[in-house]
Amino acid sequence: MKADPRGVLTGTHFLDGDHACCEGALAAGARFAAGYPITPSTEIVERFAARVPTVGGSFIQMEDELAASIALQGGVWGGAKAFTVTSGPGFSLMMEHIGYAAMTETPCVFVDVQRGGPSTGLPTLPAQADMMQARWGSHGDYEIIALCPNSPQECFDLTVKAFNFAEEFRVPVMFMMDEVVGHMTEKVVIPPADQIEVVPRKHTRKTVEEYLPYATDGDMVPEMAHAGEGYKFHVTGLTHDERGYPNMTPQTQHALVTRLQNKIRSAAGRIAMFEEEATENADVIVVSYGITSRIAQRAIEMARERGLKVGKLRLITVWPFPEKKIRELAERTKAFVVPELNLGQMVREVERAAGGKARTILVPHAGGSVHHPEEILAAIQEAVR
Amino acid sequence: MSTLVNPTAINPVEPFLRSDRMPHIWCPGCGIGTTVNSFARALIESKIDLKTLALVSGIGCTGRVAGYVKLDSFHTTHGRAIPFATGLKLANPNLNVVVYSGDGDLSAIGGNHLIHAARRNIDLKVICVNNLIYAMTGGQTAPTTPGHAITSTSPYGTFEPAFNLPHLVEAAGAVYVARWTTYHVRQLARSIAEAFKKKGFSFIEVISPCPTLYQRRNKLGDGLDTMKYYKEKSKTKHGAPTGELGLTMQGEIIVGKFVDRDRPDYSSLLKAQMHESLGERYVDYDEEQGYACGDGGCAEDSCH
Amino acid sequence: MGVFVAKGRVSIVVERCKACGFCVEFCPTEVLALSSAFNAKGYHPPHVVAPEKCSGCDLCGMYCPDFAIYGYKNQGQKNEEPQPEVNNEG
Repeated sequence: MKADPRGVLTGTHFLDGDHACCEGALAAGARFAAGYPITPSTEIVERFAARVPTVGGSFIQMEDELAASIALQGGVWGGAKAFTVTSGPGFSLMMEHIGYAAMTETPCVFVDVQRGGPSTGLPTLPAQADMMQARWGSHGDYEIIALCPNSPQECFDLTVKAFNFAEEFRVPVMFMMDEVVGHMTEKVVIPPADQIEVVPRKHTRKTVEEYLPYATDGDMVPEMAHAGEGYKFHVTGLTHDERGYPNMTPQTQHALVTRLQNKIRSAAGRIAMFEEEATENADVIVVSYGITSRIAQRAIEMARERGLKVGKLRLITVWPFPEKKIRELAERTKAFVVPELNLGQMVREVERAAGGKARTILVPHAGGSVHHPEEILAAIQEAVR
Repeated sequence: MSTLVNPTAINPVEPFLRSDRMPHIWCPGCGIGTTVNSFARALIESKIDLKTLALVSGIGCTGRVAGYVKLDSFHTTHGRAIPFATGLKLANPNLNVVVYSGDGDLSAIGGNHLIHAARRNIDLKVICVNNLIYAMTGGQTAPTTPGHAITSTSPYGTFEPAFNLPHLVEAAGAVYVARWTTYHVRQLARSIAEAFKKKGFSFIEVISPCPTLYQRRNKLGDGLDTMKYYKEKSKTKHGAPTGELGLTMQGEIIVGKFVDRDRPDYSSLLKAQMHESLGERYVDYDEEQGYACGDGGCAEDSCH
Repeated sequence: MGVFVAKGRVSIVVERCKACGFCVEFCPTEVLALSSAFNAKGYHPPHVVAPEKCSGCDLCGMYCPDFAIYGYKNQGQKNEEPQPEVNNEG
């Protein structure tokens, strides 16, 4: 369906990533946010607090990230599309509730504007070191979807996509920005509402008697109801059966947890978004994401100027990891060069998916600034040797 | 001397229970089930539309209430029932939101959320079953465990001062504060019904036995002995200063309604502020459409 | 002399009972006592020992933590309580 025009700020704007992300949330239909201030994410909810009372919705600044990360889920079960924003230390605090959202299949978006870590780290400077945490941060077996924008324009477009994935798969979606993308100001074009596709809540049409909160059919995604509609359903973080009742047996555990995993994995091909360029005859392919992809772009150009055959793979969906694409490329290329603003996170996935068919070379950076193109160029040159 | 099961009369509490999940897991002599009877009575008496009632609990023995009541119910994470309930209420102000949880869940890990919700005066009805212990996990010390009690994490006796919960929530801003024990079944039902009529943060503490852990480890008898102790040692003092409501092991228990005042609730304050600052530009909650229904949220034709 | 008709009766769901004794203790007219029978879990559920004294006040029901017993007034009695209305309307 089309976006609600009340939330769409159609026009050409000059916005930073944080602000564009907020507009993306509004365009997607988000009408409730619960937040807690943390640099460099705070502007997203500051803007939301200013915008949403004139669009129709509410924002509450909670007392901590533990509260924010679950208040938003209460908002979802009360009928709204909801999200929160944070950075490293807050992301860590939110992990229990990300697991709760995955377990209860609560559609929502968690924005992490990554900064230097660990711990308090570098509050105002970039890193990309929460990438593994986005996937594995909570306890237990679960799957999430994670998207990674590399521009303010993408902060708008992909936030809409994040909400759409959340509703389609009833899963928490991690929106992995970084401090540079969040604070860089660029042109952002927001189209008219009727050109923005939004996915509505998968709301049940069954009667109160027929409805089972966690029964599924082919797509493994149950239909949802909201509090206040007379369904009198039960939601719990305990291992539960189709009725939503706690059922703590190995059989129920297996059925539930494998379904939570498979509902994402079976659609991984569709969820995986990436930008691929000149990979057919490439000797080396640079795999990057987020802000690093923009420096990688420059490095690729420099390498091509020196006559090297370099391909580019920019990950837009980071989780589920596009292993199929990597496996396919590994057959054709000599090496992957993986620059990232961390000491080696997504490179492990690249290496795993490559299965030894191609070398994998990490270009690490502990964070605090972005790579110099020369660093990545040097790795490309090393890779083709 | 026969007992007859008469199909025409039903247990007043039965329509509120998920009968397919009975019998429940609570121990013999545990008082949580007794509080649910009072809760059911309060629902009947206040004629609340059950469709609008949402019950949120945390983790612990009392947290299991959510799974046994036939209402929209949410068994959330440890200590976080109140913020979840806040989100529910803000997204759908037509809901009557009840938080039903235990003393450890609400005042230890959940303490921060307890005081902030009271400060904000969020329109929630909080029923805190206080069995003076962390029961579900095997009987550890809680912030409410009275002095010199033996618990599994204080094997030589507790020595920390305990929370006086009515005092705490009054200071934080609650508009309705009462305390009863599981002996006071009718008074509890009445308090819950009164809380439903109030707008704002209401807190009702119910002292309850945990015969398996608190009472047993401290050689205080079983559930029935504890109920007799409540009957004997409780003193009703409506309006007593909350500072005087501290509990000691086997000491006097002051019960009653202590706070019943009026303060604008969070939503009223929000609306007033928005109307004042934004005037015509403020888009208030739409009674028919809500925030989600319409083009931005639910599917057009599956709107309830 | 004459026949005494009890004002109320109790109904017991034997399998839910955990023999806590609350109903026996708090019945105002001492209608109940724990029986020597066992339910499936091994508890002694209560039984009525003085049916004529039951007023149908349902204090037993209000105290029972296991929802295993309730009292109700016999029909035709003065002050009969109507069946509880459960409001499920929209």
